[in-house]
Amino acid sequence: MNIELDWLPGLNDWADQLARAQALPWPSAKPAFVALANSRIDFLQTVKLDRAVQRSLKAAGGDPARLRLALLGSSTVSQLAAGLRIGALRRGLILDIYEGPYGLYRQELSDPESGLRAFAPQIVLFALDARHVVGAGDTSAGDAIAQMAHCWSLAKSTFDCAVIQQTLLPCIPPTLGSNEHRLPESPHALIERINSELRPAADAAGVHLLALDSFMRLHGGLNFWHEASLWNRAKQEVGPAASALYGEYAGRLIAALRGLSAKCLVLDLDNTLWGGVIGDGGLEGIALGQGSAAGEAFLDFQRYAQTLSRRGVILAVCSKNDEINARAPFQKHPEMILKETDIACFVANWSDKAQNIRTIAASLNIGLDALVFADDNPAERGLIRRELPMVAVPELPEDPADYVSTIARGGYFEAVAVTGEDRERGSQYAGNAQREKLRETVTDVASYLAALKMELIFQPFDRIGLPRIVQLANKTNQFNLTTIRYVERDLERVIDDPRCVSLQLRLKDVYGDNGIIALILGRMQGQDLFIETWLMSCRVLGRQVEEATLQLIAARAEASGARRLIGEYRPTAKNGMVREHYEKLGFAPLDASGEESTANRWILELSSYRSKPTPIRLVEGPNAKTADLQRA
Amino acid sequence: MQKPQIYSELNDIFRDLFDDDNIVLKPETSADDVDGWDSLAHINLIVAIEAKFKIKFKTAEIESLHNVEHLVDVIAAKLG
Repeated sequence: MNIELDWLPGLNDWADQLARAQALPWPSAKPAFVALANSRIDFLQTVKLDRAVQRSLKAAGGDPARLRLALLGSSTVSQLAAGLRIGALRRGLILDIYEGPYGLYRQELSDPESGLRAFAPQIVLFALDARHVVGAGDTSAGDAIAQMAHCWSLAKSTFDCAVIQQTLLPCIPPTLGSNEHRLPESPHALIERINSELRPAADAAGVHLLALDSFMRLHGGLNFWHEASLWNRAKQEVGPAASALYGEYAGRLIAALRGLSAKCLVLDLDNTLWGGVIGDGGLEGIALGQGSAAGEAFLDFQRYAQTLSRRGVILAVCSKNDEINARAPFQKHPEMILKETDIACFVANWSDKAQNIRTIAASLNIGLDALVFADDNPAERGLIRRELPMVAVPELPEDPADYVSTIARGGYFEAVAVTGEDRERGSQYAGNAQREKLRETVTDVASYLAALKMELIFQPFDRIGLPRIVQLANKTNQFNLTTIRYVERDLERVIDDPRCVSLQLRLKDVYGDNGIIALILGRMQGQDLFIETWLMSCRVLGRQVEEATLQLIAARAEASGARRLIGEYRPTAKNGMVREHYEKLGFAPLDASGEESTANRWILELSSYRSKPTPIRLVEGPNAKTADLQRA
Repeated sequence: MQKPQIYSELNDIFRDLFDDDNIVLKPETSADDVDGWDSLAHINLIVAIEAKFKIKFKTAEIESLHNVEHLVDVIAAKLG
């Protein structure tokens, strides 16, 4: 038992902690429940924790931030609900789950009077069992997928929701053997074919897959996920024993859809990236590279970290070492895969690691909850879990050969799309280091900014940029005036709406392309342009992008017939840095007399607006003109 | 493992699963006596027992396990 969540730490006093959490009222109990979910629990504990959370929520009248998920299955799926709720809770999300009547998911989708319609899900998870989809064996893969696609489009058009489709569990055994594909009518071959054709079909439909077939293989094997006796008795395709893991995989996918996945892997060095202690053994004394099994294991781990970095995960180093020793392998060891340029923030000293990890988060301008800390030393892991509970700390196994699979199975960096910015992030951070060097050599800010030769490339939202726009809108917490979150549909509608003013802004300078760094979404309200969203990446703070952006908004607003700009600041726990944003830009507080909820609203009369000169050149983006033409 | 110990371990599972710390299992305790012992809970119970005692029930056994005495007998037999 308990093979399922082996990257999470075991808690000896789990039951006591649960009792203490239960004694607290919601929402102050929530952090304790989240911590309990983030420990190595089995399915019975999952059920128990879920019940305690449900009771606490009920007593509090529910949680306003809950997410409504419809769990639609063709057989019994209620055994999955507790695991799903706990998988989401592990990421701080509260799920409200609707389970339809047994096997009636199609009717529920099309019946306007159904309970599903009344529930109005934000996410629909199709948990269809393989036997149902394959049917009597007279279906083709194309037909089976067409039926699923019909349900996806029904769900999307009815609820405007995110759709998740579970891939089929290969639970019907082969008849031919290794070359099963030569027997097209075999249910096993058909399942495999549907699964492989599902991938492009789901992508084309904007549907996200829950890859049951793939993580079943990674994690426990078919016998762990599926028991024939439970299928026969209760029509449970995925049994209760695997339900916690099912929920874990779904939970990380839902978190990724909300932009909540971790962004940065913080690495210890000695016995984490190489074997031995560099300060003691020197370059010749550490185990790394071909020639020893341990050395190859560390090589594998570095290779995996580099792969993560190439798809947008930031790497940082946090090591107790003299910096000169810590950097030596990166500079001189011939087998090192990771180079200094792969590391966005390198901290090696003798201070305590909690303090150093705070420094790393601050210098990268990301939240502590976006960090994953990998360290072979249980004492350091324990310290970080205690001091910084929001940092994810995987339970690295003793054998370095298993580091990669542990981090991979932890699923901290789950993502649903890879954007161009993700791929370039590594070089963007390297560019940041060069900018810092320039800042040190140039004495005053004005000449530093001029020397950067910045270009702000602007254009309205477009379909090509949409994935990055959605990602940025959902994960920007600090420089975000209203912190309104959007699903792709919301922003897609903006593209064709003539009453919307939207801007995506890309910043280039002598050191490279920073990618899309700011978004504006304004809506015309009479003669006012109301700025619903203004957000910016903290990487470009202090470069007068705000002033340049305001020039663009003002020009767009006037072109749309606006006389005034209205800005709003909605305070959150994280966006204090923009409290005075509108004031600094010359907006006046909006007279609150006679109106509610305008206390944080600001106004700018366009007739009296005079733009300030900035060291930024404004450049129209490639699609700006076409978008205007479409509008005309 | 002796039967009293099986009763004790089983009692823990029941208390966890049915969320009632007052459950005291007797040989004659059956689904009718425990609040929430429905068909879904029965499956959970079987899976929890299998995990705890590292045993496996046969389909026919699962069908018949509806009072505690019988359950303990089957577990004891499997543990040898």
